[in-house]
Amino acid sequence: MSSKYNKRTNDRKFDETRPIEAKAGVIKKADGSAMFRIGKTTAYAAVYGPRELHPKHMQDPKKGLLRCNYNMMPFSAEERVRPGPSRRSKEISMVTQKALLPVVNLEDYPNAVVDVFIELTETDSGSRCAGICAASIALADAGITMKDMVVSISTGIIDHQIVVDLDGEEEHITDLDVADIPIAMVPSTEEITLLQMDGKASKEELLKSIEEAKPVLKKIAETQRKALKEKYKG
Amino acid sequence: MNQDLKNHINEALKKGIRLDGRKKEEYRKIEIRTGVVATAEGSASVKCGDTEVIAGIKLNIGEPYPDSPENGVMMVGSEMLPLSNPEFEGGPPRIDAIEVARVIDRGIREGKTIDTKKLCLKKGELVWMVMIDVLPINHDGNLIDLGGIAALTALKNAKMLEVENDKVVFGKRTKQDLPITSMPLPVTILKIGDNLIVDPTNAEEKVLDARLTVSVLEDDTLCAMQKGGDTSLSIKDINEMIDLAIKKSQEIRKKLQEALAK
Repeated sequence: MSSKYNKRTNDRKFDETRPIEAKAGVIKKADGSAMFRIGKTTAYAAVYGPRELHPKHMQDPKKGLLRCNYNMMPFSAEERVRPGPSRRSKEISMVTQKALLPVVNLEDYPNAVVDVFIELTETDSGSRCAGICAASIALADAGITMKDMVVSISTGIIDHQIVVDLDGEEEHITDLDVADIPIAMVPSTEEITLLQMDGKASKEELLKSIEEAKPVLKKIAETQRKALKEKYKG
Repeated sequence: MNQDLKNHINEALKKGIRLDGRKKEEYRKIEIRTGVVATAEGSASVKCGDTEVIAGIKLNIGEPYPDSPENGVMMVGSEMLPLSNPEFEGGPPRIDAIEVARVIDRGIREGKTIDTKKLCLKKGELVWMVMIDVLPINHDGNLIDLGGIAALTALKNAKMLEVENDKVVFGKRTKQDLPITSMPLPVTILKIGDNLIVDPTNAEEKVLDARLTVSVLEDDTLCAMQKGGDTSLSIKDINEMIDLAIKKSQEIRKKLQEALAK
């Protein structure tokens, strides 16, 4: 099917992401931490724990709890974001937790909690994905036992054209149909741990967009690994 | 546990040494960067030792306060992000964060840093609102001073926004600076035992007896003060603390000017 969106507003190739930068161990006080930047979206993640879970009645002697908190700083969007949790941030915190859970060996941490705090300093779409990428590096940096990393990117379908790493300008295109599809994947098994969609797409288009995201996600996984190796080398 | 830490810090201070090897009146190395947040009208990050603070400026148009119909509005917000220290929990700002925000606010407000008269669009109806948020990425002490430096740098870095039909066009920055007229630097002096120190780490803040934050202007006049801690200060203490604050403000001002010149 031919698309009216034959050239991206940002001049990127359809499968090209914005420049990515990842760094591990950026927050000294944390047990593990990371910064993940994709274009003008920057996420910081800090991991605290495993530490004792309070209130005590929430403790589980069989496994630990993974608690995620996503937050946008007041100056991270065009209009000031009011501090404190919103319905949106609560939902993103939840899907972030679900995205990371499949790789974290919580059986190793009975009665404990592993806290993941994600802060966005600047956003230009794709903030939950950047948050998940940062959190995954931070968890590994904290030495939490994991089966693999989790990688995340948002793909988009703009008038039937699949694009990788939708930015704010593309998300706000009004004269064409835009679907925004954040995806998270475990690179070694290709399991999908986060999948959301805002906008219209056919089943074929959706499946195709996941397929097209795969090689990009694997490349980002390399960047994550590099960031960790960089911290622990020599 | 804190008592042990306190004894240890005190013993060391008697010999003129601090836990991290610094002298009593020595600041950690400060690194100031501007324009670190693309979405903010102005921004700055200040790194000092392991502490890192980001300040961002957001603008909007709103109603002035009834008692100052010709003045723009400014506010400073701060939160102790749980990301920045293992001891912080989520939720609305508690008293520690409120104090940081209010002390920084007071310095900027009383130092007349922003010429709010120039931020009036329609008397009594529409004025600019300058919202300054100061947030720690990593909290290892001295948030008031470093947050204050970040806030001032971000204000200097900020650009006004375009206005269309009395509404802000978000994201459309003009070339016009904010009307900034002074740079009052907050400097906090800690008293631990008989010792006065500057630029405390988190551990030192935990065992402080008293502290005094002094906001110092370019000509060494003071524009705001705040005493903290559970023990009292003598006039002699206060005298020495203010002297030290002024001395330190001059050093920091140089660093700030270097960063702004870049």
